Amino acid sequence: MSRGLWIGSGLTALMLGLALVSLVWTPYSYEQLDIPNKLLPPSLAHPLGTDHFGRDILSMIMVGIRTSMGVAMVAVAIGLAFGIPLGLLASQRKGGWIDEIIMRTNDVIFAFPLLAMAILITAVFGPSATNAIVAFGIFNIPVFARVARGGALSLWEREFIFAARVAGKSRMRISAEHILPNILGILIVQGTIQFALGIQVEAALSFVGLGVQPPTPSLGRMLADAQTLVTIAPHIAIFPGLAIIGIVVGLNLMGDGLRDWLDPRIRVVRA
Amino acid sequence: MLRYTLKRLLSLVLSLMVASLVIFAVIEIAPGDPAQFMLGVNAQPDTLAALRSELGLNASKPVRYLAWVSGMLQGDFGTSYTYRTPVAGMIADRLWVSLPLTLYALAISTLLAFPAGIYAASQRGRMGDAAMMGTTQLGVAIPNFWFAMMLVLVFAVNLRWFNAGGFPGWDKGVWAGLHALTLPAISLALPQASILARVMRSALLDVLGEDFMRTARAKGLSRRQTIWRHGLRNALIPVLTIIGLQVSFLLAGAIIIEQVFYLPGLGRLIFQSINSRDLIVVESVVMLLVFVVITVNFLVDLTYAFVDPRLRART
Repeated sequence: MSRGLWIGSGLTALMLGLALVSLVWTPYSYEQLDIPNKLLPPSLAHPLGTDHFGRDILSMIMVGIRTSMGVAMVAVAIGLAFGIPLGLLASQRKGGWIDEIIMRTNDVIFAFPLLAMAILITAVFGPSATNAIVAFGIFNIPVFARVARGGALSLWEREFIFAARVAGKSRMRISAEHILPNILGILIVQGTIQFALGIQVEAALSFVGLGVQPPTPSLGRMLADAQTLVTIAPHIAIFPGLAIIGIVVGLNLMGDGLRDWLDPRIRVVRA
Repeated sequence: MLRYTLKRLLSLVLSLMVASLVIFAVIEIAPGDPAQFMLGVNAQPDTLAALRSELGLNASKPVRYLAWVSGMLQGDFGTSYTYRTPVAGMIADRLWVSLPLTLYALAISTLLAFPAGIYAASQRGRMGDAAMMGTTQLGVAIPNFWFAMMLVLVFAVNLRWFNAGGFPGWDKGVWAGLHALTLPAISLALPQASILARVMRSALLDVLGEDFMRTARAKGLSRRQTIWRHGLRNALIPVLTIIGLQVSFLLAGAIIIEQVFYLPGLGRLIFQSINSRDLIVVESVVMLLVFVVITVNFLVDLTYAFVDPRLRART
């Protein structure tokens, strides 16, 4: 295991830990308003200071990490749940009509800029965390379908798969029992990278008001609130940003490290 | 080459058709009908009826779709409901901010990434490489709008070299316009430059391992000469693809960065339209974004095939 993998896993574990701890404990309640103590710089009582409502920023960041990670995780799960079966199905008969339909549909979805998709969905259904998840989830489907199909195609040529076919197993069963376990590695690597991207997507969408809505804190929302106040109280913008960077660097290092560790030859789609 | 071009052109047209259908369909399933949606629940029946006929909602769906598409093909994007002006004109005005910003950022990104990537590749495995890769790892992770806020803090609030936001308009001179777009362009370019530098480095490293590079060294060229004469040219293909992709990322990113700097670009237009439920504007801007992305990808594919004849045969 490389140093990058260690650092990445450590950072990710730390951030995930903060998010999990926030379920049972935060230094203050993130909803607790304390107007007299607003916009305080970092101090012993409030290690990261307070925001414009006097809320404790450390507590908000802990909950914010939880929200942001939750949004990203569900969106990746949507991508995995739909993308993998589609990719496996497409790989079963390369160049067949099922393959063609699936891959061409993928291309069209892929051509939609993520932001355009999010804008379209929120314009019609209103801004919410759910709609941000849906937009990023849909975006993830072709990513995982491509990775799964790419990994599976080479496996279908392998002898142990021929053996399974000779033994009378159906293509579906082979996909589930032999192909899937063998492409799990690249899927995990890609999942880590999409997760990191999801954190950034949540931040960007919530920043422009298309994602998580108040009063739920998310890292992107905190930055949106901070935008008008950054000149008088820089700390309320700096810390949520550092949290985003921490998560993303951690996940990216972990993804790259895992890839090299599992198989130095495989390549992932960076979108 | 002609056959390949035609084939790609066909798939370009198909993608655009499917994309326009999808956008039309999503707008169609807006809760209630679009007129009701745009006016809200308290709309008077006669206002509603007037808007319905103005939008042509009384016609059947296929007819309306065709009218929308054929309108766009002739440069008619419809009339904004809230602003009462042609959408095409509004988009054109805003593009005068968003497009220069995108290109400015693209230039910065390329100018930063090329030297950084080449330097890292030439220092492979040494301190310089590690430092450069660490920096790009960070650059990829930094949200561009957060970086923008930090730039404002340092260069606008503390040093006062730039304005914190706003745009004077191009009629105040090219220099004033570029000056106002500098911080936005830098913040937009940073993450993309990091990605591009990494691609440049690995593309160059791939080429450096080739036999012809060893031959070049063997015939007496210095390391530097082999990189400049033979390495770069061959490394350009993957780099070109990424630059193409970056145009769409940057344009989408510009929409967000414009919010930080209060720039009157496409971003402001689209968020105002979302708030005022002006679906006609939203529909057109989204279609425009998709159009740009698909077209740029098409052009990248063509350049690709032009640069590397092997790719033409493969499809």
